[in-house]
Amino acid sequence: MSSSPALTVERPSAVPQPTRHTSTAKRKQNLAAYLFVLPFFVVFITMLVVPLVYSGYLSLFESKLIGGETFAGLANYVRALTDPAFLAGLGRVALFFVVQVPIMLALALFFALALDSFRARGSKAIRLLIYMPYAVPAVVATLMWGYLYGPDFGPIAQMARALGLGTPEFLSAENILGSMMNIVSWEFIGYNMIIMYAALRSIPSELYEAAEIDGAGQFRLAWSVKIPAIRPAILLTVIFSVIGSFQLFNEPSLLSVIAPNVVINSFTPNFYAYNLAFVNQELNYAASIAFLLGIVIAIVSYVVQLSEQRRERRERGLS
Amino acid sequence: MTSIDTRAAVTVGDVAGARRARRRYAPERRRSLLLTVILWICVLYFVLPLWWLLVSSTKDNSALFSTFGLWFGGDFSLWENLQTLFTVRDGIFLRWMINTFVYAIVSALGATLLATMAGYAFAKYDFPGSKALFSATLGAVMIPLTALALPTYLLFSQAGLTDTPWAVIIPSLVSPFGVYLMRVYTADAVDDSLIEAARVDGAGEARIFWQVGLRLLGPGLVTVFLFSLVATWNNYFLPLIMLNTSDLYPITVGLAQLQAAATQGGGSQALFSTVITGSFVSIIPLVLAFLFLQRYWQSGLATGGVKG
Repeated sequence: MSSSPALTVERPSAVPQPTRHTSTAKRKQNLAAYLFVLPFFVVFITMLVVPLVYSGYLSLFESKLIGGETFAGLANYVRALTDPAFLAGLGRVALFFVVQVPIMLALALFFALALDSFRARGSKAIRLLIYMPYAVPAVVATLMWGYLYGPDFGPIAQMARALGLGTPEFLSAENILGSMMNIVSWEFIGYNMIIMYAALRSIPSELYEAAEIDGAGQFRLAWSVKIPAIRPAILLTVIFSVIGSFQLFNEPSLLSVIAPNVVINSFTPNFYAYNLAFVNQELNYAASIAFLLGIVIAIVSYVVQLSEQRRERRERGLS
Repeated sequence: MTSIDTRAAVTVGDVAGARRARRRYAPERRRSLLLTVILWICVLYFVLPLWWLLVSSTKDNSALFSTFGLWFGGDFSLWENLQTLFTVRDGIFLRWMINTFVYAIVSALGATLLATMAGYAFAKYDFPGSKALFSATLGAVMIPLTALALPTYLLFSQAGLTDTPWAVIIPSLVSPFGVYLMRVYTADAVDDSLIEAARVDGAGEARIFWQVGLRLLGPGLVTVFLFSLVATWNNYFLPLIMLNTSDLYPITVGLAQLQAAATQGGGSQALFSTVITGSFVSIIPLVLAFLFLQRYWQSGLATGGVKG
């Protein structure tokens, strides 16, 4: 409302010139923009930046029975980096990331490409049914799979015995990580598929027409047109998966109820930090574990992005 | 590092923006029987666990452990199970459902509003510092939220906010991914000339946002709303550490508590069928929301695919 006089001064003729502004109009728009982003950044700073800084601050202190909180420098970090429980947990989530994420994303990509080709009957129903587990809370998914894995009454064990295969031990020490990978895949294949599918649907038609003139088949079309075109979306799903797998918490936390001897309290770093903070009351040490975990996630995400950027540059250099 | 983020995001935005040319070739030309069969077999993997949950919620506790899991057996006890579920511990299950509804809807509305305003500003205003702020937002997508939960808990307990609904709602208001989605979506759906025209007509910036911007952002709003809704609805870690009173629990923490009680026995074996029926009931609202709103969120995710 208030910006209109300035604009009329700016336009002596009737022809609108939307790109030019007087400085007052521009300043008003800047002010409006700042007011638009302000609420988000107030919450952003109080709920993300402050806790992050506070976590870093806490991790530098030590709580002693006598003397209370004392500055400890990097002692908590030294302890964490030599703590076999933390390192083993980190190793587990790293293994989880290396094994589960490629399988999950490859399947999600396969489904997205298959549905995008419209070669299957009932594509729409298939898409919704694969996506449905995403609407199931991780708690319910883990409870449910916990029953399904059950060695006595679980339907998988029932069927395996009926086929004479013996009873599979899903909750044993060797298999528990694989069982968790299966739960997480079940929950998130559909979610990743939808992100990739949405990206596939937005590929401009010119790209297809060029390939079709070349007489490319479906597989070549997928490999040399579709996958390169949705690379940013794939990168996004990889980054989300880095975060998701390194901060694994719900599944170990709930499975530790039914398999307490296998899912120990340091099974994943996040579960360890939770137990340290709320069971052992070692807040400062827990903060340093949480902070270290954040650093590891940032580094892995960075390496993923960097290798993608390198690959892009290399391909540009080749062409 | 942050510059890489922006680059990746901008590429997504460009691809979405370049979609305008509609695909011309007819996709229904050739069906493949093999692909159809393979995909439907894969669908079984995603559906059978939920089928098991449905079947199991109709069984009483003894049938649960004596009949084949994937088919009905024993007496049909769905109604008895539901009755037990809604009366156990003075009907606390209903209380948990209501809590979940309140937390999820308030958080999702708030998160959507904040993300939309910020995303709109990033897409439609070229203001000093916008690049740095947007990069910071994208960088935050990488911060593991559960790593923040512990310091947030300590700060909230100093402010006396733990064990209140705010402890669950306020941290859920931040949705960096929502800001990113709304920026991409706004850039595509709201035409600059419309904003300029409204300015010439003398509308203030806030009025332009409410009356011009929001009207065009429908599918994007639904998408961000649904994703925030799911994030809060499914959240377990945050309410677990923030809340101590059973009456304040959302369904996720409540079910986990019931399950722990059932596993430890406690003389009440009937709890297993209660937990299973509760799990089944708790997933119905979200599944329905996704089914009924699919037109909106799917087009929202495809950033304006319906308007092509």
